Amino acid sequence: MGKRVLLIEDEPNIIEAISFILSRDGWSVSTHSNGHDAVDVVKESTPDLLILDVMLPGKSGFDILKELRETTSAETLPVLMLTARGQKADREMAERAGASRFMTKPFSNSEVLDAVRELVGS
Amino acid sequence: MATLNILVAVCLIYVTFLFVVAFAAERAAKQGHGGWLRSPLVYTLSLSIYCTAWTFYGAVGYAARSGLEYLTIYIGPSLVMVGWWWILRKLVRIGRSQRVTSIADLISSRYGKSNLLAVGVTLLAVIGTTPYIALQLQSVTLSFDVFSGSNEVAGSIVDRDSTALWVAMGLTLFTIVFGTRNLDVNERHHGVVIAIAVEAIVKLFALLAVGVFVVWGLGGGLSETLQRIDASEIGMWEMRGDRWASLIFLSAAAFLCLPRMFQVMVVENDHESYLRTASWAFPAYLMVMSLFVVPIAVLGLDILPEGSNPDLFVLTLPLATGREGLAMLSFLGGFSSATSMVIVASLALSTMVSNHIVMPIWLSATGGGAKISGDVRNVVILSRRLSIAAVVALGYLYFRLSGGGTALASIGLISFAGVAQFLPVLLGGIFWRGATRTGAFAGLSVGFLVWAFALLLPSFGSGVLISQSVMDNGLFGLAWLRPQAFFGIEGMDPLVHAVMWSISLNTLVFFVSSLVGFPSPLERLQGAQFVNVYEHSRRPQGWSGSAAQSEDLMIMAQRILGAREAQNLFEREAQRQGVSGYLPDPSPDFLQILERELSGSVGAATAHAMIGQIVGGASVSVRDLMAVADETAQMMEYSSKLEAKSEEQARTARQLRQANEKLTQLSVQKDAFLSQVSHELRTPMTSIRAFSEILRDSEKLSGQEKVKYSSIIHDEAIRLTRLLDDLLDLSVLENGQVNLNTQTGVLVDVLDHAISSALTGSSDTRLTVRRRKSHEVVHMTTDLDRLAQVFINLIGNAQKYCDADPAELTINASLSQGQMLVDFIDNGSGISKEDQAVIFEKFARVGEMKAGGAGLGLAICREIMARLGGSVSYLPGQGGAAFRVILPLAASKTTL
Repeated sequence: MGKRVLLIEDEPNIIEAISFILSRDGWSVSTHSNGHDAVDVVKESTPDLLILDVMLPGKSGFDILKELRETTSAETLPVLMLTARGQKADREMAERAGASRFMTKPFSNSEVLDAVRELVGS
Repeated sequence: MATLNILVAVCLIYVTFLFVVAFAAERAAKQGHGGWLRSPLVYTLSLSIYCTAWTFYGAVGYAARSGLEYLTIYIGPSLVMVGWWWILRKLVRIGRSQRVTSIADLISSRYGKSNLLAVGVTLLAVIGTTPYIALQLQSVTLSFDVFSGSNEVAGSIVDRDSTALWVAMGLTLFTIVFGTRNLDVNERHHGVVIAIAVEAIVKLFALLAVGVFVVWGLGGGLSETLQRIDASEIGMWEMRGDRWASLIFLSAAAFLCLPRMFQVMVVENDHESYLRTASWAFPAYLMVMSLFVVPIAVLGLDILPEGSNPDLFVLTLPLATGREGLAMLSFLGGFSSATSMVIVASLALSTMVSNHIVMPIWLSATGGGAKISGDVRNVVILSRRLSIAAVVALGYLYFRLSGGGTALASIGLISFAGVAQFLPVLLGGIFWRGATRTGAFAGLSVGFLVWAFALLLPSFGSGVLISQSVMDNGLFGLAWLRPQAFFGIEGMDPLVHAVMWSISLNTLVFFVSSLVGFPSPLERLQGAQFVNVYEHSRRPQGWSGSAAQSEDLMIMAQRILGAREAQNLFEREAQRQGVSGYLPDPSPDFLQILERELSGSVGAATAHAMIGQIVGGASVSVRDLMAVADETAQMMEYSSKLEAKSEEQARTARQLRQANEKLTQLSVQKDAFLSQVSHELRTPMTSIRAFSEILRDSEKLSGQEKVKYSSIIHDEAIRLTRLLDDLLDLSVLENGQVNLNTQTGVLVDVLDHAISSALTGSSDTRLTVRRRKSHEVVHMTTDLDRLAQVFINLIGNAQKYCDADPAELTINASLSQGQMLVDFIDNGSGISKEDQAVIFEKFARVGEMKAGGAGLGLAICREIMARLGGSVSYLPGQGGAAFRVILPLAASKTTL
C-alpha cells in the first residue's frame, strides 16, 4: 500500500496536476482546498506527507503549519510547502514556520516527485 | 466793569456750550449714530487748529508790520494739503495701519520701536510747544485787558496772571474730561474733534464779521478800502525771496510736524478719503481766514491812535467804534482759536508724555506686565490726566516767567522752527528704508541744538540766556560759532539763518549717520513696513508665542483695554483659531494683533515692551528671521516676502515629508503588487508546466486525457494573456497616459453592447438581466468603449459571483444633478462590509470562489471612471451586490 499524501491547494488545475503525478508514482493522494479547516483535516487524516500551498482562502499556509507544529500528532510530519511568490522572505517564513521543504511554483514534476520521495524516505 | 462781567459770562456760556457739544458728540458716537461726526467736513474744520490765536490776532499784526509776508504762514500748509497724495496719504495710512498715537510714537515705531527716541521726540515737542501754549494764554489775557482797558471804571484792572490761570485751568478740565474720558483703542476723541470743529466755525465767522464791518462799515466799501490799502505802506511791500521761501518751508514743515496737527490730521483721521476733501477745503478755509487781514491792518493803522498794538486790531477796531457786540464776537473768535489749540496740543503732548515717559517708568518701577496687581488702565488714564495738567501748567509757567512780554511775539515762528526739526526724520522714515535710529538720533540732536543756540536762546534777548560776548564772538570764543552767523556767513535774517542751518545740518547728519550705521533687524522690518505701507497691509511677524501664557496676556489686556473689550478680542481670536472659550493660543498672529490693540492705548514701544515681558525673549523670532535674511540682501528688502518664503519653506518641508511617507507607502505597495503579480503569473504557469511535462513524459495517456490536459494548458495560457492585458491596461490608466476616444452616444446602446459582450462567450447564460430601456435614453459624450468596458466588467462579475438561483441582475439608469447614475444590482448574497472596503483594490478577491480573474477588474473600472470624470462605487443595502456608476453629463445633452 502506497504512502498517503495530503495536498492542500486551492487552484483546481494544480490539484489535478499534482494528484496525477503522485498517483502515477504509487501515492495515495487526498486533497483539500481551503485554509479554514485545513488543520483539522490534517489531524484527522494523519497523512505521511503534507503538501501545503501558502496562499489559501481563509488561512495562510504559514499559519496552518505553525498550528500543526504545536500539536503533538503533527510535530514531525514532513511538510512540503509550495508558493507562487518566490521571494526570499517567503522561504525564510516557511523555515521559521517549520517547513521541511520549500518549493517555488512553477516546478518540474520530477522535482516534486524527488522531494516527496526524499521527505517520506528520511 | 459791566462789559468785563458780560465778557466773563459770555466766556462761561461759550465754554459750557462747547462742553455740551462735545458731550453730545461723545454720546452719539457711543450710541453708534455718530456717522455725521466722522465726515470730511468735520475733519477739515478740525485741521483749522492750525489757525491759533497767533494767526487770529497775530496775522493782522504781522501784516501791519511786515506786509503780505503773513501769507507764507498759510501758503505752506496749503501746499502740503494740495500735495496730500504725496506725503499726507502715506502718513495717514501708516498711522492707521500701525495704530500710531502720536508723532513720537510714529518716529519711535519706525526706528525699531525705540523708546529712547520717543522720549527724545516727546521732550523736544514739549519744549517746542510750551511757548506756544503760553502764547495762547497771553492772547486771551491780552484780549481781556483790552476789554477792561476800554472800560474807564476805575480800579477794574484785571489781574492778568489770574485770568491766565483761570483759562489754563478751564482748558485743562475740558481736555481731561473729553480727552481722557476713556482709553479709546483708536485714540480718537469725537467730543474734542467736534468741539474744535465748532470753534473753527466760530473763529472763521468772527474774523469774517470783523472784516466785513471794517471794509463796508469803516472803510466805506470795497473800492475805497482798496484805495486805502494802496496808499498805505503795506501796499508797497517788498518781497524778500529767502525769507519767503524759508517761511513757506517752515510753515509747511510745522504743519506736518506739530504734535497737535499730527493729532488731528493722522490720529483722529477716520478715513483716508477725507484727505481728498480736505485737500481743497482746508486751503479754501485758510484763504477765507486771510481775506480780510490786510484791510483790518490798514484801517487799524489809519484809524487807531499811534502806538496801538496791531496784534489786537481785530478787537480794538470794533471796540473803538463802539461796536461792543462785534468786539465780543471777535473776542470769542480769538478765544476759540486759543482754546482749541491748547486743548489739542495738550492732548497730543499728554499722549506722548504718558506713553513714552510716564508709562515706561511706571512699568519698570513696578515690574510691569501682568505680574503686578491693579488696573493699568487707571494708571494710563491718570498719567494722561496728569500729563495734560503738566503740559498746560508748563505753558502757564512759561507765560508767567516770560512776563507775557513782547518776547512772545516772535515765539510762533521759533516754535515752528523747533518742531520742523522732526521733518527730516519723519520724511526719511516714511520714504527711505535706509534711515536708521542712530541717524534719527544724531539728526534730531544736531537740529535741536542748532535751533536752540541760533534761535531759541537769542530770542530772549541778548544777555538774558546767552551772553553778549557769545553773540558777538561765538561759543567758546570761536568766531564761526556765532549764534546768528554760523561759519562767518553774516547778514542773513536770523530766522532764515537758523532754519537753514538747523534743518540742513539736521538732514546732513541724519543721512550720513544712517548711511554709516547699520540698522537693527527690527528697524529694517519696521522701515520696510513704513516705506512700503501701501504694499504691506499686515505687520511683520514679531513674536513667537511658545512661552507666552494666554492667561497672563488676558489679564494684562483686560487692564489696558478694559475687561469687556479684552474679552471680546480674545474670544474673537479664539474663534478664529478654532479654539473654544476665551483663551486663544499665543500664536505670532494673535500676539501681533494684541500688540497693535495695546499700542493704540499705550503706544507702540510700550506695548512691545509689555508683551515682551510676558512672552519673554522679546522678538527673538524677528532676529532669527533677520539673521537668515542678512545673508541674502534681496530678501532683506521685503520682510513680507521673507515671511512668505519661510512659510513656503515650511510648506515645502511638509510636502517633502508627505511625499516621503507616500513614497515609503508606495514602495511597500509596489512590493506587495510585484509579489501579487508574481503569484498571479506563477499559478497558471505552474499548471501549464506540470501538464506539458505530463503530456511530454507520459506515453500511456488516453485520448480523452490528452484533450483535457491540453485544454487546461490552453485555458491557463489565455488566463495569462488576460492577466498581462489587464496589467498593461491598469498601468496605462494609472499613469494617465490613456487617450480617451470621446464620442457621442446613447446609454441604451452602450448597455446593449456591454451585455451581449459579457454574456456571450460564456458557457452558461444563467444570468437574467432586467432593464428599463426607456430610462436609458441618455445622450452622452464620453469614451463609449471605456464605459462599455466598465459595464462589461460589472455584468461579468454578477455573472461570476452572483450566488442566487436563478441569478438576476437589475440595471437602473437615472439622472441626478447633471449626473447619470447607472446601478447594477444582483440578487446574490452581496459583499460583506469589510470586503466592500477592498474590492476596488488591485488583486482583491473576495470570498472563496475562484473564477479565473486576477482581481484587477474593479481596480480597472475605478481607474476608467476616474478618467471619464465620474466614479464607480459599491452601493450598500440593495439586497445583493450593487455597484453604482456615476458619470457627469456636464458636456452632454440629455433627452430625459
